[in-house]
Amino acid sequence: MIQKTEVRNTGSAPEKFDSTVALHYSSERSSGVGAPPRMQIIPASDSSLLIVFGDAMSSEIQRQVLGMFHALQARQDVRIRNLHPGYVSLLVDFDPLDTTHEDVAEIIAIAAPRESASHHYERSLVEIPVCYDTEFGPDLQNVATHTKLPAEDVVRLHAGATYDVVFLGFTAGFAYLGGMPEILSTPRLATPRRAVAAGSVGIAGGQTGIYPTVTPGGWRLIGRTPLRMFDPRASQPTLVVPGDQLRFVPIDRGEFERLSRERV
Amino acid sequence: MNIGVVKPGLSTTVQDRGRFGYAHLGISPCGAADALSLRIANLLVGNDEYAPVLEMTLLGATLEFEQGAVMALSGARCDCKVGQYRVAQDSAVSIPGGGVLQCGSITSGVRTYLAIQGGLDVPLVMGSASTDLRGGFGGVAGRRLQAGDMLKTGTGGGQSPRRLRTGAVDDRPHPGPIRVTRGVQNDWFSPDEWTGFLAAGYVGSEQSDRAGLRLSGRPVKSSQSKQLLTDGIPLGAVQIPQDGQPIILFVDQQTTGGYPKIANVIAADMHRIGQIRPRDDVRFSEVSLTVAIEALRAQQQWMEAIWQK
Repeated sequence: MIQKTEVRNTGSAPEKFDSTVALHYSSERSSGVGAPPRMQIIPASDSSLLIVFGDAMSSEIQRQVLGMFHALQARQDVRIRNLHPGYVSLLVDFDPLDTTHEDVAEIIAIAAPRESASHHYERSLVEIPVCYDTEFGPDLQNVATHTKLPAEDVVRLHAGATYDVVFLGFTAGFAYLGGMPEILSTPRLATPRRAVAAGSVGIAGGQTGIYPTVTPGGWRLIGRTPLRMFDPRASQPTLVVPGDQLRFVPIDRGEFERLSRERV
Repeated sequence: MNIGVVKPGLSTTVQDRGRFGYAHLGISPCGAADALSLRIANLLVGNDEYAPVLEMTLLGATLEFEQGAVMALSGARCDCKVGQYRVAQDSAVSIPGGGVLQCGSITSGVRTYLAIQGGLDVPLVMGSASTDLRGGFGGVAGRRLQAGDMLKTGTGGGQSPRRLRTGAVDDRPHPGPIRVTRGVQNDWFSPDEWTGFLAAGYVGSEQSDRAGLRLSGRPVKSSQSKQLLTDGIPLGAVQIPQDGQPIILFVDQQTTGGYPKIANVIAADMHRIGQIRPRDDVRFSEVSLTVAIEALRAQQQWMEAIWQK
């Protein structure tokens, strides 16, 4: 977990950057409703800053990470090369030949929503059809045994929840989802599969996710979506973006085949 | 102009500067693992410095040129021939129509770059020609070259080819230890572990690829028992997985990860990561952010100073 109280990079000489107190854009006020979000901006490398909003996952911290992500996205500042949201932080990548840590920290400070309540951004509710047939979900029975639930209840609970797309990472288009009912938690496979089909929906510990492309993987597979989660040629390459909400909608085999054909 | 792939080599891909602006979708930057050599090869033939080139790994490709072309090789030393004739590296070379360029073993470093005047014409995906091997897109069908592939040259560039000053690339800046700044989770490691990491020598592992240079040597132990909440990974992060063997993440790296990052390779040394061979010695030295950024500026000046007037 990230706990920082000061910008470190303890060279013998004082750092120009380290002495920039303005970078500690952290409000000491308590983060009650209406208070500005507490955040710390620390250098992660010579080409990046990490904005840290807290040290434990919570929906409030998630809102702050995503609020800042969307605020920076909206600015379309050419000096920002990449944004990497995480569970409690946002990494801001830039080219140090084009700009400086100080200037990027300034951009962040200006973009920072003034109040927690103003962390508004457009979020879509994306419905993902999933066929939970055994062929696509070879581990569904396994999850049922582990959770001591009938397989139908596993599906009902999995498809009954609304998930938050916290961020994307691991592979292109892979969404980290928050909000799986805790009762469905099942440890990952002891030995990962060498290849998991694109669209596979799995559970690993307290997380659920969708494999966007064929990769090796150790998640317990419970179903598959016929949708393409990642299409590099599309103007919007991924079906979901950080901050979206997502629901799984159970479909039968026939519907899966129909949607698969439509996709091509 | 067409270029036929007779033999693909070990791992030959199309790369340019890389793909930026999509990390929030989980998309890696990719791009040339040794961007300095990419730029030199392109400038030698009068291309834009970041035009798409071929990146060849450990064993080069054999290519048949349908028509005459001007090309340049830069980066790791590679035994390259056209017929009986050895092809000089680090200078523009003409190859006649019907000529076959045979690139053999790469003997120093790992990656050799082949730039062809006009650049390679592949469709841009999210603004870049770079091959994303893990995502399976960009470059030629999102994969390594295969025998029988047909490459097309583009119409980019058109600046006059340049010549390097004699010996200019032999004294590349800073051949010493890989310079690092402290990583975001540096305080997950005791001062003794940090000193030990900097003092220890590591060797490059065979398991390395464009996503990560794996090192073996003295294991680094975290003093934290907790799990890291997955966060964004800066380019060049040195992460310490459970077995304590450091991994330097680069070009094809994951955009987020859950292992603590003890250090970060400075931008000016990233091109060197792409040239570390299995069993090569790797040492680290700590520099401040100021020194890191000065080194990058100095490298930029070096890039401008290596050319004949």
